[in-house]
Amino acid sequence: MIYAIASGKGGTGKTTLAASLITLWDGPVTAVDLDVEEPNLHLFLNPQELSSQKAFVEVPEVDEAKCTLCRACSELCQFKAISVMGDLLLTFPEMCHGCGGCFAVCPEDALFPSKRELGEVISGKVGDIDFIMGCLRIGEAMSPPLMTQVKKILNQNTGGDVIIDAPPGVSCPAISAVIDSDCIVLVTEPTPFGFHDFKLAWEAFAPLGKPMGAVINRAGIGDDSVQLFCRKNGIPIWAEIPYDRAIAEAYSRGEVVVQTVKSLRETFARLQQRMKDAANAANQETGRAMSTEVHHA
Amino acid sequence: MHEIVIISGKGGAGKTSIAGAFAQLAENAILCDLDVDAPDLHLLLAPKNLLQTEFRSGNEAIIDLNRCDRCGLCASVCKFDAIELTQRGFQVAPIRCEGCKVCVELCPADAIDFPERHCGSWYISTTRFGTMVHAQLFPGQENSGRLVTLLKQKAREIAEHDGYELMLCDGAPGIGCPVISSMAGTDLAVVVTEPTPSGRHDLERVAKLCDQFKTKVVVIINKCDLNSDQAAQIEEFCKANGYPVICHFPHDHAVTKAMVKGQVITEYDSGPASQLLEAAWKNMLNILHAN
Repeated sequence: MIYAIASGKGGTGKTTLAASLITLWDGPVTAVDLDVEEPNLHLFLNPQELSSQKAFVEVPEVDEAKCTLCRACSELCQFKAISVMGDLLLTFPEMCHGCGGCFAVCPEDALFPSKRELGEVISGKVGDIDFIMGCLRIGEAMSPPLMTQVKKILNQNTGGDVIIDAPPGVSCPAISAVIDSDCIVLVTEPTPFGFHDFKLAWEAFAPLGKPMGAVINRAGIGDDSVQLFCRKNGIPIWAEIPYDRAIAEAYSRGEVVVQTVKSLRETFARLQQRMKDAANAANQETGRAMSTEVHHA
Repeated sequence: MHEIVIISGKGGAGKTSIAGAFAQLAENAILCDLDVDAPDLHLLLAPKNLLQTEFRSGNEAIIDLNRCDRCGLCASVCKFDAIELTQRGFQVAPIRCEGCKVCVELCPADAIDFPERHCGSWYISTTRFGTMVHAQLFPGQENSGRLVTLLKQKAREIAEHDGYELMLCDGAPGIGCPVISSMAGTDLAVVVTEPTPSGRHDLERVAKLCDQFKTKVVVIINKCDLNSDQAAQIEEFCKANGYPVICHFPHDHAVTKAMVKGQVITEYDSGPASQLLEAAWKNMLNILHAN
């Protein structure tokens, strides 16, 4: 099963939660950091035996001798990555989304593939746990293509569960991180900002039809709007982690909080069970739906 | 006019709380929330919308099943795995569609429509601290960079027309598309960090991005009393790279309490928290004008 730890608002505790869950997890698990713009999970898990692989997106380059300036490519390109200026066809690799359309429509075979570096995919080991992260090249604007490449490596990993540390927000990078998961954990804090972004995240992820539960971090600060909203909308609250200076301090020292603040162990064990139960229940339901379909057919 | 953007790399470092306080302290500024994905500044400033406009950007592919011959070419050319064969036929998953038009162009049956995408809304509003330009992207949408660019452009037009001297922007977390778009034309980046391994790591990355754009950086260390070793390391990093630290802001429950009341820190609290932010604001203006 793939579990995504997500949130609308940043800084609510996704990485803290992911690191603790991974450390305590019963059974084989792979730790994945898909917050490729600002990956942080490695700072807490300290993976060893690191190996890094550069990731690229394929962009076009022009063979001027073959190009007839017919503009088939520039008229197709939706991202202003290729255009005719005077008697030259110019490419703007940093604008390219790598859709391959220009190669497909060029009647003269005048474009050849070049590449733009997206960043790195880094793998390693935390004890016997596999660790994978993406790290976006500074200056690169597009994170989803790098996330796709991290996920490709992930697909080669068979067996065991996967825990994904997702990026904040609710736009394309966040969706891209949770879309292939079996279960989403939404981490929030009970403040007006936390609540507002929690609602956005719930609206964004609910249409994906995956089991979803909330974790309220720093419970006790702010107000109770998150709890009330969850109750009203039937969102299960899988854990409440009280505000505690000791947790914040452990985090600030780069520690996995569940190892320092032992009283949290029970909360995390319960959270793990709830995540597994929700994912399994949804899985069985899909299985049942499929067997009914087959039966009808 | 000068343009300032408040960013952090790491989310939840305190950008919006500081942006809110600065909005009150600024005398002649247009306010802008460039976190179009998960905006929060409006929760402190309670803007009254004067103008709401739909944001349309890019297009999306939609297969007309009546015209589709089920040849499957679209699914094989799509680099984004957005086209699936369902029981009803080939369908585009809107959430995965990049809007590249390749399937539309190559479909032999001409069966794929390509309507414009309605991605969100943007607003011009009044607040108790002046005019504010902000937006809300629909969940899961792309083109946040284009929306950021549009907001900055609108804010510049208003600033020019109404004689604002400063544009104060609350930015997005991360270092990707919306942050890069918010750097264009920016004179000064205020980077908010916290003394934790994540705060430091993310500060280093976002500051490097600012360097690439040749944008001047000043740093605010929020929750500075959480870990003095980490704070010292951040301090050292800033010194080595010539980023002035304009404020050491201790952890203060007043920040959350102000937020719950819908106030900015400098309204809620007249104690040391507000004094620190006032000093930071003056400090920042001096650095901005020393350029």
